[in-house]
Amino acid sequence: MYNSGKVIIGILVFIGIFISPFLLNFGGGQAHTKPDPKIPVQYEKCIEDVEYMKAYHMDMLNEWRDLVVRENQRFMQFEGSKIEMSLSKTCMKCHSSKVDFCDECHNYLDVNPYCWDCHVTPEEVQ
Amino acid sequence: MSVNRRKFLEMTGAVAALGLSTKGLELIAKDSAHGNGNSSAIRWAMVIDLSKFMNNPQLTKKCVDACIKEHNIPKIENENHQIKWIWEEPYTHAFIEQENEKLPNAIKDMPVLLLCNHCDNPPCTDVCPTQATWRRDSDGVVMMDWHRCIGCRYCMAACPYGSRSFNWFDPRPDIDNMHADYPTRKKGVVEKCTFCDERLSRGQIPACVEVSEGAMIFGNLNEPLSPVRRTLANRFSLRRKPELGTHPEIYYIL
Repeated sequence: MYNSGKVIIGILVFIGIFISPFLLNFGGGQAHTKPDPKIPVQYEKCIEDVEYMKAYHMDMLNEWRDLVVRENQRFMQFEGSKIEMSLSKTCMKCHSSKVDFCDECHNYLDVNPYCWDCHVTPEEVQ
Repeated sequence: MSVNRRKFLEMTGAVAALGLSTKGLELIAKDSAHGNGNSSAIRWAMVIDLSKFMNNPQLTKKCVDACIKEHNIPKIENENHQIKWIWEEPYTHAFIEQENEKLPNAIKDMPVLLLCNHCDNPPCTDVCPTQATWRRDSDGVVMMDWHRCIGCRYCMAACPYGSRSFNWFDPRPDIDNMHADYPTRKKGVVEKCTFCDERLSRGQIPACVEVSEGAMIFGNLNEPLSPVRRTLANRFSLRRKPELGTHPEIYYIL
């Protein structure tokens, strides 16, 4: 084999980099952190169950948007009371931090929803 | 199959007749029956009492500020970039078609509040390529959907009243006391007055009317006993550029 010294060193370096996350985990470190959205404590129930919200909250928000803006239906019934279909006013009332809730998973998955280009987060209110 | 000249002309004529009989007639019908969209139970309209604003110089600013606060509207110095939902102009600018040079100066300089006229026959909605703006049939409000606006500004060119503004920059740095109850807009989006549709759906009147100390009257034009109808029945009223056939629903009384 030509240049065997360089090739073997190259292979070793590659293997080292490749298994570095595993080594880090063995050493007690954390190569990977699961997103940890902060769930509000004082409220017991969301509008839908957790699994549904995890998978479909974006569809639900789009549906709300269409109902409110285009169909002029601003309110819905939840647990016997009238609530407003509003991201800023209803969702963020319980989930009171965009950074601790929305951003946790969105950053992890590298998705950039444009909700907040216009809708004002609780953090931004002066 | 060979098509001779005569056959070709016959077919062209038939297709043209078909087009005229459906779409064409529909358009003609729509144009001549502008008021038909007005047959819903609710038709929001506004009466602005100019004399009350003339006698109270602070009042226009109060109304404008209420709107700015309610809707997170930026305050921009550069006139070319300003965002205006409701704003003040002298009478001579607001009613250019009156062309009465011998009016008293007090009237010529009188402040007139201008806003979207929420026309019954709005030219802005016809030109929107994404249906980001449309006339709501249930109550006549000319709505905006900022989610859909692509910023082509056709609507701004179509509106004869200059009621629409374009966000040339991110408006957020120029917004005082931004609150989360109403969204801001973003760069590249057109915006305008929506008759406070968010307040209407909660049973409230528009923010400017609320603080106007009775100088603005808001109500249902299709309800014969509403304050708007009673005022219009008793007072002489003007509308801006009615000759264009847009059927504006903001009335001015003096």
